[in-house]
Amino acid sequence: MDARTAEPLLEISGLKTYFKTDDGTVRAVDGVDLAIGRGEVLGVVGESGCGKSVTAHTVLKLIQMPPGKINDGRILWQGRDLVPLDLEEMRKIRSKEIAIIFQEPMTSLNPVYTVGEQIAEVVREHEHASRREALDRAVEMLRLVQIPTPERRVHDYPHQFSGGMRQRVMIAMALSCNPKLLIADEPTTALDVTIQAQILDLLGEMKERFGMAIMLITHDMGVVAETAQRVVVMYAGRVVEEASVEELFDRPLHPYTQGLIRSIPRVDRAADQRARLEAISGTVPSLLDPPPGCRFAARCKFATAACTQAAPDLREVEPGHKVACILY
Amino acid sequence: MSQYLLRRLLIAVPSLLGISIILFTILALAPGDPFGELATNPAVPPEVRAALREKFGLNDPVYVRYLRWLMAMSQGDWGFSFVSRVDVDVLILQRLPTTLIVIGASQVLALLIALPVGTYAATRPYSLFDQVANTLAFVGFSLPTFFTGIVFILIFSVTLDWLPFVYRSEIDATGFAFVWGHIKQAIMPVAVLGLFQGASWTRFVRSAVLDVVRLDYVTTARAKGLAERVVIMKHIVRNALIPVVTLVALQMPIVFGGAIVTEQIFRIPGIGSLLISSILANDTPVIMAVTFVFACLVILFNLIADILYGWLDPRISYR
Amino acid sequence: MAGSTRASPIVEPATGVPIAVAAPRRHVTPGREAWRRFRRHRLAVLSAGILMTMIVAVVFGPLIWRVPINEIDFAAMLESPSWAHPLGTDDLGQDLLARMMYGGRISLAVGLAAMTMAVVVGTLVGAVAGVSRGRVDAGLMWLTDLFLSLPQLPLLLLIIYLFRDSLKEVAGPEMGTFVLIVVVIGGFRWMPVARLVRAQFFSLRERDFVEAARALGASTLRQVVRHILPNALGPVIVAGTIDVAAAIIAESTLSFLGLGFPPDIPTWGRILYDAKDYLDVAPHWALFAGGAIFLAVLSINYIGDGLRDALDPRRVM
Repeated sequence: MDARTAEPLLEISGLKTYFKTDDGTVRAVDGVDLAIGRGEVLGVVGESGCGKSVTAHTVLKLIQMPPGKINDGRILWQGRDLVPLDLEEMRKIRSKEIAIIFQEPMTSLNPVYTVGEQIAEVVREHEHASRREALDRAVEMLRLVQIPTPERRVHDYPHQFSGGMRQRVMIAMALSCNPKLLIADEPTTALDVTIQAQILDLLGEMKERFGMAIMLITHDMGVVAETAQRVVVMYAGRVVEEASVEELFDRPLHPYTQGLIRSIPRVDRAADQRARLEAISGTVPSLLDPPPGCRFAARCKFATAACTQAAPDLREVEPGHKVACILY
Repeated sequence: MSQYLLRRLLIAVPSLLGISIILFTILALAPGDPFGELATNPAVPPEVRAALREKFGLNDPVYVRYLRWLMAMSQGDWGFSFVSRVDVDVLILQRLPTTLIVIGASQVLALLIALPVGTYAATRPYSLFDQVANTLAFVGFSLPTFFTGIVFILIFSVTLDWLPFVYRSEIDATGFAFVWGHIKQAIMPVAVLGLFQGASWTRFVRSAVLDVVRLDYVTTARAKGLAERVVIMKHIVRNALIPVVTLVALQMPIVFGGAIVTEQIFRIPGIGSLLISSILANDTPVIMAVTFVFACLVILFNLIADILYGWLDPRISYR
Repeated sequence: MAGSTRASPIVEPATGVPIAVAAPRRHVTPGREAWRRFRRHRLAVLSAGILMTMIVAVVFGPLIWRVPINEIDFAAMLESPSWAHPLGTDDLGQDLLARMMYGGRISLAVGLAAMTMAVVVGTLVGAVAGVSRGRVDAGLMWLTDLFLSLPQLPLLLLIIYLFRDSLKEVAGPEMGTFVLIVVVIGGFRWMPVARLVRAQFFSLRERDFVEAARALGASTLRQVVRHILPNALGPVIVAGTIDVAAAIIAESTLSFLGLGFPPDIPTWGRILYDAKDYLDVAPHWALFAGGAIFLAVLSINYIGDGLRDALDPRRVM
């Protein structure tokens, strides 16, 4: 929060990532603004297909180009724009400064190499360490992510680990070069509920230890409430609201955010009091040549004719609380 | 790994037995006498023929004959060629190295074509290179080897007169000229076989690489900041080789079929041309033995593929 | 593959990031959808045209070009193409156009008949394995794998060597050879179809509509014929198409090795075999025969590729 007023670590503005398909252009990310300060945990929430993952992949330029293309916008990393960088320059940033972990720990590791080799590979690439040193670092990282007997486990293959353990390996790999930002793309979605909590705890511990910022992408408001300091809500390729986590849960402004928060099941209320779990009616609009105006208009109960005319800008309505809605 | 190897070896044994049964069944079902040459030879009186049948045990029940034949085959007693008047195993051992060299060289050529071309095409799908490579691959494996062989002879021997079109095992030269002579006469057969296999393998490699390219761990590898070359070689091609090995192993019977044709066109003294000439000369023991050798070779190559597979994919050998 | 479609309403930009695109599509029948996809494969459409032309030419050509296939004319030996002999003549002065059309009939007939044989046997084996499961299934699959690892050409040659004389006596030289070649080639190509059909059984038998049919008390045979086989049809058609090409090559190979049809029956492979000794003086002879085999096989392979795009979009190979 204070971090934002100083120079942010990562500042994305007006980012547009489009995909060309046979049926037309899919505007997966269509004008996204967000910023992360040093050591901050930013939650990015939204339904699947809202562009949050594509945003994360775009930061590291991990989208396939073509068919993908960054059509507009800037990705300022410590004041330097990443958009015009070529692959060679991006490589020096990947994992070294910005690391990423993915949703599917079962498929994110290469099945034919030992986990030690896969961690050591990053260290060798960025720190020009010898094989021995890199492998020692791998053992050390595995120990940090609480994998038992790491000296032996470095020589095991991914299929010898459970899903939760593999996600720990991914975290160990991502943090092995001490990056300043960790992008966690739905890191717990594919895991069992008990394991989810463990992984979130581990991320918290790692943050304490390494002091990196985390961009936590999730569709789970509960995860956001527990982990993040600030939240960005995305809908259909755009940011609709941004606030501190307390502010967002106390006073959600955008009708979509309100719907999201109402749809969280509450166990603290008695069953008879509990309102029916409220789902947001309607479906996400097509990102294939979407209509002008607010993209939530079709599902919004407050929508007026003006909503379908022009898309509202993301405006700061209160200090630190931004919303893109004509109601405010 | 050694346990996995042992298991693959044990699986190969019933396959060999199965093939020997199929072979023997074909022989037993065949109308007329398999030793037809003796039967039709008027110089052999009926009593002698009957004695011979008794001696060869042809009047015994089928399974006894099968077991006896199997025992003889496994002990290296493969019979006697009616035509060349030599032991069959001697004849085959003489010819086998040539066949293996031609097949081996052509497979190396095929791999040298398929791996780079298939990978390059798959990493740029629908590009001009991909489309040209694909079209050539289609043309390549639609061209029967006997036709390519003839076209090659027409171009390089008849028209340009660069290469000899008859393969000779003895070359009257020494030193460099001897080696060059051997290489020169092997170029066309190896190219014919290698290009044909290379064309189908290019398609295998392309589609295997295309399958791997979209997997999550490739994105992970890129996110690590590895050079694109390392991502492709270490994380894509290495993994794509696993399905390619399986497909290549399934192609082995076709490879040997192609070798027979090629040997016949270029008159290479290998076991393929031996098979054809013995069929034309009704030399049954040789035909049976060569067919069986081909079957053994296919199984041997499948075994090698299995070993490669276990080596390439740690999930297999640990199971 | 070349020109194959990447039609997919769901964009998967190869990063594992799915983008849901709620694109409204009007309902189309499976057949129409398949035809739409096939048409996008331009080379397959072109190939279908070429193959149809070849079929029409060999079926109806002899009705127009009435030169006999065995009219020997020593005055016109090894002639290059001319108006009198559009494809030239062979070493006996026989007209190559007439012989090529005759040979084309045999080659295409062998291809189609062997494919039918392979598909029928494969479907039977696959269906029996799929229905019975357990021991029978394991045994049949072992047999399938065994057949896949048999050296096909040597065995083909062996069988033809052993059986051709007796079949010739029974069915005449032409018909006997035809039956033998079709049965043997078909008998060595049923395995992919058997695997496909069996795989369909295993993936389909747990699906809702088969479950429903079972709950309604449909007999096994009825389930197989009504529900499972139609669903296995797409991949089987693709495999069958490729089989036609493989059978044409196999027949030409046998003829080329001098072990196919008798010398007086001019199949494409046989013409090529006869032509190979006259490459220096009459290259057109070999080139027309080989070119015809090549063109037929290439067209069929492309059609198979187009059909794969149209009927079996999940499989890449």
